[in-house]
Amino acid sequence: MEYFLQQLINGLTLGAIYGLIAIGYTMVYGIIGMINFAHGEIYMIGAFVSVISFLVLGAAGITWVPLAVAVVLVVSMLFTAVYGWTIERIAYRPLRGSTRLAPLISAIGMSIFLQNYVQLVQGARVKALPPVISDVIVIMVREDGFKVSISYLQILIILLTFALMVGFTQIILRTSLGRAQRACEQDMKMASLLGVDVDKTISQTFVMGAALAGVAGVMVTMYYGVIDFYIGFLAGIKAFTAAVLGGIGSLPGAMLGGLTIGMIEAFWSAYFSVEYKDVAAFAILVLVLIFRPTGLLGRPEIEKV
Amino acid sequence: MTGGGAETINFKSALREAAIAGGLALLLTLPLIGLKTIETSHGLVIQPHFADVAVTVLLVFMGRLGLVLAATGLGWPVLAIAGAVTAAGWLVPFPTDALRWLDIAGGGVVAIFASLALRSSRVGFDQAERDRRMDRIGARLQDASRLIGPAAVLFALALPMLPFANRGVVDLGCVLLSYIMLGWGLNIVVGLAGLLDLGYVAFYAVGAYSYALLAQTFGFGFWLCLPLAGVFASLYGLMLGFPVLRLRGDYFAIVTLAFAEIVRMVLLNWTSLTNGPVGIAAIPRPSFFGIADFTNSPAEGRLAFHQMFGLDYAPIHRIIFLYYVILALALVVNFFTLRIRRLPLGRAWEALREDDIACTALGINSTNIKLAAFAIAGMFGGFAGAFFASRQGFISPESFTFIESAIILAIVVLGGMGSQVGVVIAALLVVGLPEAFRDLAQYRMLAFGAGMVLIMLWRPRGLLAHRDPTILLHVRKSARQQQAESEARG
Repeated sequence: MEYFLQQLINGLTLGAIYGLIAIGYTMVYGIIGMINFAHGEIYMIGAFVSVISFLVLGAAGITWVPLAVAVVLVVSMLFTAVYGWTIERIAYRPLRGSTRLAPLISAIGMSIFLQNYVQLVQGARVKALPPVISDVIVIMVREDGFKVSISYLQILIILLTFALMVGFTQIILRTSLGRAQRACEQDMKMASLLGVDVDKTISQTFVMGAALAGVAGVMVTMYYGVIDFYIGFLAGIKAFTAAVLGGIGSLPGAMLGGLTIGMIEAFWSAYFSVEYKDVAAFAILVLVLIFRPTGLLGRPEIEKV
Repeated sequence: MTGGGAETINFKSALREAAIAGGLALLLTLPLIGLKTIETSHGLVIQPHFADVAVTVLLVFMGRLGLVLAATGLGWPVLAIAGAVTAAGWLVPFPTDALRWLDIAGGGVVAIFASLALRSSRVGFDQAERDRRMDRIGARLQDASRLIGPAAVLFALALPMLPFANRGVVDLGCVLLSYIMLGWGLNIVVGLAGLLDLGYVAFYAVGAYSYALLAQTFGFGFWLCLPLAGVFASLYGLMLGFPVLRLRGDYFAIVTLAFAEIVRMVLLNWTSLTNGPVGIAAIPRPSFFGIADFTNSPAEGRLAFHQMFGLDYAPIHRIIFLYYVILALALVVNFFTLRIRRLPLGRAWEALREDDIACTALGINSTNIKLAAFAIAGMFGGFAGAFFASRQGFISPESFTFIESAIILAIVVLGGMGSQVGVVIAALLVVGLPEAFRDLAQYRMLAFGAGMVLIMLWRPRGLLAHRDPTILLHVRKSARQQQAESEARG
């Protein structure tokens, strides 16, 4: 029971990170129907920017943790948003209305480019950062001394994710930007006829998704403390799995999918084998797509001939 | 913005656009290039590289300015300055080599644009005209491929005998032909059947491991293992196909990718069978059709190749033999594809690619047809994998990562899906060029990724995307005639 609870906490934390990345996939897929393959790399860049900004802040003598974390979050979101905007502008916008395959290939190329760019400029070796927040609350103690604990960091990750989720849902539901996004999602041509600036809306979608991936990058840096240029690929696929699992195009679905994937991974590593935890995530993807292709909260796709 | 040459030159707006591009470059490069993290004995430290950032921003600014000014009629000065900047790449010291290449490439591109603008008094071509031009080239190449094809095959056959063919050249030929074969194999799934497979490398891996394990465990020879590897890979294709083929589009793509990753992780973690990340070493080399071995000192009762033909022993014999093996395999795939397009199966594939639903309505069992494509393409992938294992003598899961799938897919898509000649040209570009510039190895994948994006932007349907109709109603006309007719019509 105690062990289970501990894994639940770990799974929730991991799932929150996946969920944040998954939102970027789900929003982009919802609006232009393409898999933004480079999204995982944005998350990786977010992690690198956060490491760099932590180091810069440390060198500048800012060591008050709440301020440092807040600054790093804002800086990472800013830079990943710029990357998201630029990628869309360079690699995807010219291909809008082209064949279905072209943007996907372009995205794969972009992903390879960004991976190697970071490897080249930052080095291929693993970057390790000492923990920024390391305090722990012990919740329960089993007779044999096994402690169930939740760290401040885990609380921060879960709360921040929750807050961002609520905030973004409100943006989608209540602002004019969100209305434009939903309109483009339903019918891009009609939306543009009614005066919605489609290009701008899509750009803003990419910026939002990238900023969230940047937050996930900061979280993973603080949570694991080690990053390298290759983390984006696997996290990207898992987050995509989460988006599909929750029902692509649905924001709460992405979060739900992320939490499910995180939990499955945590429990699988705890009770079965650590080596095959990634296989578990992929197996889930395959099973969901086969038995419930619309995901948990998705709408069925009607195909017109 | 891209108006005619008569437009007045608006320096202010040009400068503004260039400044925006420069500012963007500053934001993009400032953290990642400007602040490099260095591992030291007491943790990470920051090493500033602001000169690199400044040079990058300057280059981007000048490049954008050049493009805009060239478009508004300042062709000559821009051409001159771009030429000077390109030349400066060799003369002026740069902070890093990467920036030197950026300078040379960027200057070259701006110079090309400027000269294009001078010739046609506007920058570049619009998408439609570019497509039409490339279509015409594609059609001409398709037309000429009846001549070029045999010539290329003859050249490939003669290559090991040519005077410049040292060991490196023949080795490069082997690698190229492997990728051409893989490209042709994947072309069956992607180009003919229209299924985007992002996990083709799994077939390759299954083939390679089948050969390595069969040869090491049971001592089977290469020529027995080759068909077995094909069988295993195609069984894997069937196994994968049953659940996956109900999906379509991007979902299908991502599931094939997931399966390929599952295969790789199983290979990585099933240590008792596959030896895990260490890989399998000392895989037996193929013999000369089981008759003779390629060694200086053959085992008891075995014949050596050089003794059989009364030659002096030379290690290159085996490499040349391997070269001919892969050439034959690749040609088999090509011949198979060319012929099957005329059979009902091949026609069903192409029909499925064009319209899934219409095919089902016409009574084609789409699942079976797609499964056939998977199994056949998988078999060829398996052959290539077995060949890879025997040529390398060593395999590990490292060789079968997603990037390999991406390279093979890039070959197919960049070449123009469904085009056999396109695959060859794309393989030469994608694999041959980086192999030829081995000195720049660290920029190889960077350029590969950028190239993939640029070719897609420049020509979204692939370099030689010319679809020759397989079935013609009456007489067979040349492709060029058809092109002319369709242009006259349209």
